[in-house]
Amino acid sequence: MLKTQAYTSDGAPASFDEMLRPDGTPRPAYAELMKWLGQQSKTSLRQKQQEAEAIFSRLGITFAVYGSAEANEKIIPFDLIPRIISAAEWRFLERGIEQRVRALNAFLYDIYHRQEIVRAGKIPSAMVNQNDAFLPDMMGFDPPANVYAHIIGVDLVRTGDNGFFVLEDNLRTPSGVSYMLENREAMMHLFPELFSAHRVAPVERYPELLRQTLESVAPRHCDGDPTIAVLTPGVFNSAYFEHAFLADQMGVELVQGSDLMVEDGALFMRTIRGKEQLHVIYRRIDDAFLDPLNFRPDSMLGVPGLFGLYRAGKVTIVNAPGTGIADDKAVYAYVPDIVSFYTGEKPILDNVQTFRCSIDDERAYVLDKLDELVVKEVHGSGGYGMLIGPHASKKERSDFAERIKARPANYIAQPTLALSTCPAFCPEGISPRHVDLRPFVLVGDKIRVTPGGLTRVALKKGSLVVNSSQGGGTKDTWVLED
Amino acid sequence: MLGRTASNLFWMSRYMERAENVARLTEVGHRMSLTPDVGGGYREDWQSTLTAAGCFDTQGKLGTIPTAAAAQQYLLFDRTNPSSVISCLEAARHNGRSVRTALTRAVWESLNATWIEFGTMSREATGPAQLPGLLDWVRERSSLFRGAVQGSLLRDEGFHFIELGTYVERSDNTARILDSKYSTLLPTTDAAGGERGMHQWETILRSVSAHRSYRYVYKDSYRPANIAEFLILRPEMPRSLRFCHHRIFRSLRRLAEMTDGGSASLALSREIGERLEGSQIADIYRAGLHDFLLDFLRRTAEVADTLATDYHFN
Repeated sequence: MLKTQAYTSDGAPASFDEMLRPDGTPRPAYAELMKWLGQQSKTSLRQKQQEAEAIFSRLGITFAVYGSAEANEKIIPFDLIPRIISAAEWRFLERGIEQRVRALNAFLYDIYHRQEIVRAGKIPSAMVNQNDAFLPDMMGFDPPANVYAHIIGVDLVRTGDNGFFVLEDNLRTPSGVSYMLENREAMMHLFPELFSAHRVAPVERYPELLRQTLESVAPRHCDGDPTIAVLTPGVFNSAYFEHAFLADQMGVELVQGSDLMVEDGALFMRTIRGKEQLHVIYRRIDDAFLDPLNFRPDSMLGVPGLFGLYRAGKVTIVNAPGTGIADDKAVYAYVPDIVSFYTGEKPILDNVQTFRCSIDDERAYVLDKLDELVVKEVHGSGGYGMLIGPHASKKERSDFAERIKARPANYIAQPTLALSTCPAFCPEGISPRHVDLRPFVLVGDKIRVTPGGLTRVALKKGSLVVNSSQGGGTKDTWVLED
Repeated sequence: MLGRTASNLFWMSRYMERAENVARLTEVGHRMSLTPDVGGGYREDWQSTLTAAGCFDTQGKLGTIPTAAAAQQYLLFDRTNPSSVISCLEAARHNGRSVRTALTRAVWESLNATWIEFGTMSREATGPAQLPGLLDWVRERSSLFRGAVQGSLLRDEGFHFIELGTYVERSDNTARILDSKYSTLLPTTDAAGGERGMHQWETILRSVSAHRSYRYVYKDSYRPANIAEFLILRPEMPRSLRFCHHRIFRSLRRLAEMTDGGSASLALSREIGERLEGSQIADIYRAGLHDFLLDFLRRTAEVADTLATDYHFN
């Protein structure tokens, strides 16, 4: 018999807890789950845990760990206890996400055309036009359906009952959707009884919706059914499993750059019958590698001439090149203004409070409160070039202050967030662990949001870092239906 | 289907078949080393096992007379030997992983679980006591793979590239085993064979798991001409050259129908098939068994090269 006591005696969580209210009673969405947890033994859960790991490793649901030759594929730790979102919470999130991705696509269209938002003085011209992520080659081009970012992962964090915040918009090649799908498969296999006790909104239609989305943005000249392919950098890429998984689930080819060629103004893949024309490429390689003629000349991953074909409307690249400008960390601070500018509405989902060091007042505040804030380099990713104020030494803080003063536009700062916690099955029993949430959104002829998304969990006690490279795992994420 | 996919499927099944064959040859070698020889000692001959397995010790690791432990290590676990069981299983999985979308879950899982479990077993089971168990296990896993292919794959182009890989590898393997012992199969050795000859023939048949079925077919004791006929010409023997080439021809013909291509490889395959069907074992002996086998190996390699060109493998 597992006591949820162990959960509360762990110290009443300082952060908002997804399952328990401060008085120790469950929130309504978790009532059934908590009852069920009370009936499980540590041994039986440990068995299920091992079973889950065996399933994932047999299926080859792995990610590559760069730089370790020995075992270069690992499975991402999977936590058995689902994260639950009530129907009402989800309706709110869904509306907020739709509003945000609509605005971001409108922003992309605008900055690659007349740049009205710059003219209106809502965002500095240099922030857009001198940004490394801005792609001048895209100016004046109309992508099919005017959609730039078709596949989006919005990273959300929660700090309170209604306190959902967007931490990051991923508009380039967000990954993780295969874990969302496989986590659900594993849970239905391991705990069918939980699915009879809850009305869990299904996620399994994602591959079909992805295919519909890709078909809906086929080049205008394409009359019949468009031929679609997923473009992967290859078997050594860390997300290769996902690339293969999605191609397989959609029933389309998984291609590498070396399988493709441009001839007579069209894109072809080399097949056993000779060449076959392609119309839509869901690429999982970065802009810089797409086409050695336009971008990095040393790229072996892309296809010479691909970008020219794209601009001529002969093939659709998904997501469009140049979407990175809209998920740039410096531009992020402007997203609430972007939402208001294009929708005429108040943003439903808030940003995490962000201070821009390029603005005098905000920089002064940041330098004053360095011991409380997280400072990020605007072009950095994966935690590089970052200062976590409360955990840094005095010397590190003063060094960082100098860097901020030297290049203020290069830095933003945010408060250290108390991410919400969710119960997780840990060696000591069931304990609260910090989580975030990445819902997946598809934008084509319409917007399709899959209920839930990927919950990442920091399995190390007290840790706020949910990245799989630093001990993070994933959970199945349930949206309850009314 | 991408040309690269066809190539990966072909090599995936070639490597899986090769893993099985190398495991079987190792088992036969191991068995021989447990059999007392006529003039004392044991009938250990790891050099001939290595030759039959096509595992040539190019780096001179094993010395002139390889020890059992060194030969087994080289045949099973040495990653510098491209045909060792571990290299084959890894290559099969790598090829499968590259074309994950062309495989069913059952086929992929059979490859992936084999690779993962072999890693564990090879660390635990290296002593002579565990060797037979490990070798049995490799053969079981190969059977599982074949079963998953037969039972779960659509009969589309991909299936036929997998078939081609299996039978090209198998016919190559059978021909190499025969050639490594061809001198013991000449008709003149029939009477003079004695006990040692008998033992060699048994070894050949065991190397293709045919020592039992031989008796069903011939209802007679071992005779070199029968053994050669069994492994070269008998259509009902699933590792004979004729059987393998019939399968190769069948898949190439089907692929040619499906793709309106592949005429060069089909023509070569038809020629080999007609030769095998039109021959008696006496004709082969007249032309010279060794020459026949060398010619056969060359032609099989040519079919493999030609089909790679026909179907745009690169």
